[in-house]
Amino acid sequence: MSINRREFFKIAGFAAALGLGGATVAAAVKKEVEASGPYLLDPKGLKAKRWAMAVDMAKFQSDADIQKCIDACHQVHNVPEVDPAHPTQEIKWLWTETYEHAFPGNEDEFIAPHYKHLPFLVLCNHCENPPCVRVCPTKATFKRESDGVVMMDMHRCIGCRFCMAACPYGARSFNFRDPRPFIKKELNREFPTRTKGVVEKCTFCYERLAKGAMPACVEVSNGALAFGDIDDPDSDVRKVLDNNFTIRRKPELGTHPSVYYVIGGKEHA
Amino acid sequence: MYDSGKILAGLIIFIVIATLPFTLNLGKAVAKPSPSIDTPAINQMAKKQCVESKDYMKTTHMQMLNNWRDEVVREGNRLYVAADGKEYNMSLQNTCMNCHSNKSKFCDECHNYVAVKPYCWDCHIAPKEGV
Repeated sequence: MSINRREFFKIAGFAAALGLGGATVAAAVKKEVEASGPYLLDPKGLKAKRWAMAVDMAKFQSDADIQKCIDACHQVHNVPEVDPAHPTQEIKWLWTETYEHAFPGNEDEFIAPHYKHLPFLVLCNHCENPPCVRVCPTKATFKRESDGVVMMDMHRCIGCRFCMAACPYGARSFNFRDPRPFIKKELNREFPTRTKGVVEKCTFCYERLAKGAMPACVEVSNGALAFGDIDDPDSDVRKVLDNNFTIRRKPELGTHPSVYYVIGGKEHA
Repeated sequence: MYDSGKILAGLIIFIVIATLPFTLNLGKAVAKPSPSIDTPAINQMAKKQCVESKDYMKTTHMQMLNNWRDEVVREGNRLYVAADGKEYNMSLQNTCMNCHSNKSKFCDECHNYVAVKPYCWDCHIAPKEGV
C-alpha cells in the first residue's frame, strides 16, 4: 500500500485542480446571488465641493421672517415640539440665539448695539473639521467626502451623546423620549421621524439637495439665507461673502464652520 | 429502588410538562403566512414585478435594504439599477411602501410568523392603511 513519487504528484495535482476549479465556480455562483446594484447618483441632484450658508441678518425684517424659516425646516423634517416645561428635551435643528450666546468669544465690546439684541438664526455649522465626527464611536455621524455635509446615520447611532459634548455650538439634540407624539404639525410622509435614543441635528437638507432642491429654510427666506458651493466663485454664497463683512461662530476653535453671518448689511432689521 | 412510586410519578409529571408545548399544539397547523400584494398600486401594474425577481426579494430583501440604506445615507447614491435595467429611487418609505401600502398584510404577515421584529417603523413612517 505505498505510492511512488510520480503517483503522489498525479493525485496532488488533480486534487489542486479540482479545488481551484470548485472555488471559481462557487465564486461565480455567489456573485450571481449577490447581483445587486449598480448604484447611481441621481442626475437631478445638486453637486458641490463644500456646501455653505450665509445668514444676512439685515434681511430679516421681523421675527416672523425668522419663524418662517424655522417652521419650514421643522415641517419638512418632522421635528417634534417638546413641552416647553422641559427645555432640556428640546429638539433643535434651526433656532434663534442671542448675540452673547452665539458669539461668546467675540471680544469687540462695542459693536453696533442693535446687533447685540438681534435673534441670530443658528444651526449645525457643518464644520470642515467637525469635532462631533471625531468622537463618534460608531461613525454614525460622519462628514460626507463628496460635499462636506456633516451627516447623521440614525441606523448606527447608539445614543452615547459624545457628539453633543463635543459640538461647541450646541447644534445636537438627544431624543430622550419617542418624538412622534410631539410632532404637532401634519407629518411629512416622505421623511422619517426619529426614534427614542438617537441624536439629531440639521443635515443641510441632504435629501432635498439630492433631488435638486435648495434647503427648506433657504427657499422661504427671501434671500436672507444664501446657500451654495463655497468652492465655486460664482455661487450665491460666495457673492454674499465677497461683498460683505461676515463673521463665524467661535472661529478660534479651529472647526472652520460653513455658516457665515453678514453683519452690517444695508437694510436693518 | 427506594421511593420508586414518587420518582416515577415525578418523572411522568416532568415529561408531561416538558412536552406540553408539543402536545398542546398537536394536530393544529398554524396558518401559513400569505403576504398579500393586493394594493391599488400593484393592481394597476400591467406586469406585477418588484424591483427584482420574486425569489430574489423573498430570500434577499433584508440584505438589499441594508445595501440601499448604506448607499443612500453614506454614499449619497439614490438610484438603483435593477437586473432588468430599470432605475428605482432607493427608499423604503417612498419606493417600497408606495406599492406595498399594506404593511400589516405584507411585511407583518411573515415577520410575525417567524417572530422577527425589524425596527424600521420606529423611525420610518408606515403607510396609512384602510383609507
